[in-house]
Amino acid sequence: MIPTDSPTSQARPGTPVGVAPANAPEVSTGSTTERAWGLWEVFVRSSRGLSHVHAGSLHAPDAAMALRNARDLYTRRNEGVSIWVVPVDAIAASDPDAKGSFFESPQGKDYRHATYYTKSEGVKHL
Amino acid sequence: MGGESATRITPGNALRPEDIALEVRTGLAKPTEDVAEYALRLGDDGLILAQRLGHWISRGPELEEDVALGNIALDQLGHARSFLTYAGGAWDKTEDELAYFRREHEFRSAAIFEQPNGDFAATIARQFIVSYYQFELYRRLTESTDATLAAIAAKAVKEVDYHRDHSAQWVLRLAGGTEESRARMIQGLKQMWPYVAELFQDDELTTRLTETGAAVAPSTLKADFDRLTGEILAEAELEVPVVPAAPGGGRHGRHSEHLGYLLAEMQVLAREYPGASW
Repeated sequence: MIPTDSPTSQARPGTPVGVAPANAPEVSTGSTTERAWGLWEVFVRSSRGLSHVHAGSLHAPDAAMALRNARDLYTRRNEGVSIWVVPVDAIAASDPDAKGSFFESPQGKDYRHATYYTKSEGVKHL
Repeated sequence: MGGESATRITPGNALRPEDIALEVRTGLAKPTEDVAEYALRLGDDGLILAQRLGHWISRGPELEEDVALGNIALDQLGHARSFLTYAGGAWDKTEDELAYFRREHEFRSAAIFEQPNGDFAATIARQFIVSYYQFELYRRLTESTDATLAAIAAKAVKEVDYHRDHSAQWVLRLAGGTEESRARMIQGLKQMWPYVAELFQDDELTTRLTETGAAVAPSTLKADFDRLTGEILAEAELEVPVVPAAPGGGRHGRHSEHLGYLLAEMQVLAREYPGASW
């Protein structure tokens, strides 16, 4: 089980923090974000031999419930044979603002493609 | 399947209510009066529960839980449609006629299904009891000598297995969560447990049908129900509530004050605009 938020000192593991009624007293050590369910990214494999593909995201209090919610949200129409859920905090993403330096560098470097090269004379089976 | 079999009603097929309706219309499947009455009980259980659970849409603790409860409601509605369609074969009635044009005392659901949702923990307590009961029932009913009942049960048991898991996960989390959630879970179980006994009562109908092998004697499900729910409650460090059994009588049309209101809401559109479709 992968905890998404650090549980408060008064709560046991697996605390369904989101189900607390609106008028429940605030846990003094907790911030408001601890009362919300964590965000999970869902990856579904549609059939054997294919890769898991990102399907979307959802909220869940822990990994076991995230898998069940994913089953309800993303495999209702027979879409999958396997599901992965990943807490969103565990994903390191590339910086969208760094698009230029990250992804545009290969532009103009045609020699990185096989088609850049001409076939040498006498080479067989190519 | 092609033309190998005249009937789609085999445990291997994903059975749809439309298939049953076709078989009933063409006379391939026709329930006896007793089997129809039995199917009516199981169908009404699912129908009333689906109506109750549908109320949670937009009211769950999170959108994801709305969807989970909505899915369970739709599963139950699917079982109800199959059972009612089959039952209707004995009286020349459609599923809709049975669902929308019977009066309160003609419903055969057990009392637990009509119990108000209460808070989320009470709904989970009801789900916990109901899904463990239905799982044992459908698991055994797959061996029914009545092919249609067996086929409906074979489809339903897989779905109810998931309902079991859903409710057990929540019992564990609510019991192991905050003081507030634990107190609510204990209260919810206490509130719903009086209606457990009725689910496992045999009567003349189930006794007759058990002899023919068409039905399962409710009393024979109790041991496994107690054992499996007991395991989850023990893991959640909860006691099995010690409460007196409620009177029951739902199988014979005697209901609590809750069912009338539920039916009024469920039936109003079909009665106001007979034959309406959208």
